[in-house]
Amino acid sequence: MLLTLFNILIFPGLLFLCACAFVVEYLDRKFYARLQNRVGPPWFQPVADFIKLIAKEEVIPAAANVRMFSVAPLVAFSASITAFFYIPLWKINPLLSFTGDIIVVLYLLTIPTLAFFIGGWYSTSLYARIGAVRTVTQMFAYEVPLFISVLAVALLADSWSLSEMALFYAGHPWLWLVNLMGFAISLVALLGKLEKAPFDIPEAETEIVAGIFTEYSGKLLAILRMSISIETIVGASLLAAVFLPFGLALSPAAGFCVFIIKILFVVLLLSLLRAVFARLRIDQMIDFCWKCLVPLALAQLLLNLVLKGVFI
Amino acid sequence: MHDSHDFKIPVGPQHPALKEPESFSLALKGEKIMGVDIRLGYNHRGIEKACEERSYIQDVYLIERICGICSHAHSTCFVQAVEEIAGLAVPRRALYIRTLVAELERIHSHLLWLGVAGHEIGFDTLLMYAWRDREIVMDILALLTGNRVNYGINTIGGVRRDIDADEIQQILKAMDTLEERTKYYIEVVTEETTIIERLAGVGVLSHDDALRLDAVGPTARASEVKRDVRSDDPYAAYGEIPFNVITDNHNDVYGRTVVRVKELMEAYQIIRFALKNLPEGPIEVKAPRKIPAGEAVSRYEAPRGENVHYVKANGTENPERVKVRAPTLANVQAVKHMLKDRFLADMSIVVAAIDPCFSCTDRLISIKNLDNADTKIINWEEIHSYGIKWYAERGVDFSDLNKRFAERMGNR
Repeated sequence: MLLTLFNILIFPGLLFLCACAFVVEYLDRKFYARLQNRVGPPWFQPVADFIKLIAKEEVIPAAANVRMFSVAPLVAFSASITAFFYIPLWKINPLLSFTGDIIVVLYLLTIPTLAFFIGGWYSTSLYARIGAVRTVTQMFAYEVPLFISVLAVALLADSWSLSEMALFYAGHPWLWLVNLMGFAISLVALLGKLEKAPFDIPEAETEIVAGIFTEYSGKLLAILRMSISIETIVGASLLAAVFLPFGLALSPAAGFCVFIIKILFVVLLLSLLRAVFARLRIDQMIDFCWKCLVPLALAQLLLNLVLKGVFI
Repeated sequence: MHDSHDFKIPVGPQHPALKEPESFSLALKGEKIMGVDIRLGYNHRGIEKACEERSYIQDVYLIERICGICSHAHSTCFVQAVEEIAGLAVPRRALYIRTLVAELERIHSHLLWLGVAGHEIGFDTLLMYAWRDREIVMDILALLTGNRVNYGINTIGGVRRDIDADEIQQILKAMDTLEERTKYYIEVVTEETTIIERLAGVGVLSHDDALRLDAVGPTARASEVKRDVRSDDPYAAYGEIPFNVITDNHNDVYGRTVVRVKELMEAYQIIRFALKNLPEGPIEVKAPRKIPAGEAVSRYEAPRGENVHYVKANGTENPERVKVRAPTLANVQAVKHMLKDRFLADMSIVVAAIDPCFSCTDRLISIKNLDNADTKIINWEEIHSYGIKWYAERGVDFSDLNKRFAERMGNR
């Protein structure tokens, strides 16, 4: 009981994730800045920003639905943390596991997006409402290729459970190379999920101010920002667990190091993509997702089906 | 006013896409723009009127502050008009130095625009790169004139600072670096997929529409309107310098981008030619304090397009009337046309593509009564007394401010 509580609240739960979120935010900002020929922030900047926001006054628009407006960030925050417990991080068995948990993880990772929609919609600001609609429109475009490519991997392993998938790929050490295309598709879809350039359409500054976040301030904004950072880590861990399933059978210390390297790899790849593209329009984004990503994801699915039928 | 579309979204007076306060009200249906209401006038500072109360030489510095980016454009345009009235023969060396600063200013303005355009389409990396390279030309301007923004190089009858051999070497070196960088930007702009996706086919202004709506500068030249004051009606040293007027047939924001980056390459050539053929001699002639009665219109190709100044002299130390027509005013009509049936996401880049400078543009205040569509124009005295009354209602008395100010100056 005490150990479970420790796991949930401290390691590898809440506290560890928050610390990781600061580190990841710092690395993302610093790397992005260096790519743009800037100096970038000092290492404590994310912590300083967090403390500053926590200390600031919260302004809630008079016309907003106060309950929905203030609950949305908390829902996003807790959903991302919960998803983390189901993902195999540096050993084969995650904290919690059951058959079909891969569906739960994907579902939990969708909740922050919906929470952002609700928060933006109920803040009643015009900019936030357009942002909210764009968030959901975008979700329908990137979720499908993400689901198909993740499930293609699960199909090959013949299991809906992340830990059994990890076990399968530990038994077939080089099989993960087959899923590399799926990894690329999921990475692009993750950019959409995290609303980063070129898919930062819901918070496009030069069009709709800050989109869904326009009316958020103080503690609520701090929690929103934190939940996006945590979502980045959880998304990266999911991609690492599904598409880069090696190093899980090592000793805990070595496995942990491999895990950190995998997360950093995904996070820095996201920053790189963010730096080299212009923001697309929402119609171009949807076209791209349905006309490029979905066929590629289906090709991955087909490939895995054939492989499974013929070789395994 | 528009019909009952889904909703209206205000872009401005305060909005991250706009660097200056100006109001665009978009009627949206989903993401699609059904109509645009543009309201100018948030940046009115009464500069034209203020010019009438100052001497010509003071006006040069005031006029220079109309715009922070094309400051040389405004001051040159003004002194050209005054020199024409006074019948001054400006030395050739001064004309070459004016041209030199003008082209350096064009480089700084176009690089700044490239960065802003990158930011508007969410490509901040381009912004950071373009503005980093812009520092090179800013340093050169500071070296030549002593200032980074309002150069203060012009005076009536010539220029205030000469240029020496060491400075020429430094400029030539900077031009080589910038040319190298600009080649890279041309490559980026014409080859990067997401940039082309966001720019091509956006904000279309056909050749005929460009003529009909009187577009100027790169906005017109991107619609294949070969219109450039530098070659049509040469001023300063442009008559003696060979250069190409860049045009493009894309008619859209992409075309405007291409025109601007290619104009950068022309500017380097103009500067190299001007430095090589810099004539010897004095840099200014003495101008009289009192300008004889007369009037003149002066044209100037600012980085954003044709800039027009009208000056009327009445034989005293102060001008009787100064009128400024900045390029943005000519182009802002076209924006409404370009935005029709486009997406909300295109709004900021379409507006940015005319390289708007609203502080240049705003010249008078019109009061719109939204209830019965009345429009009233306020003159200087009315707004002056309105200001005094507004403050008086709040307990601040400005009515005898001028009197007290004069007393204090007298006591000194």
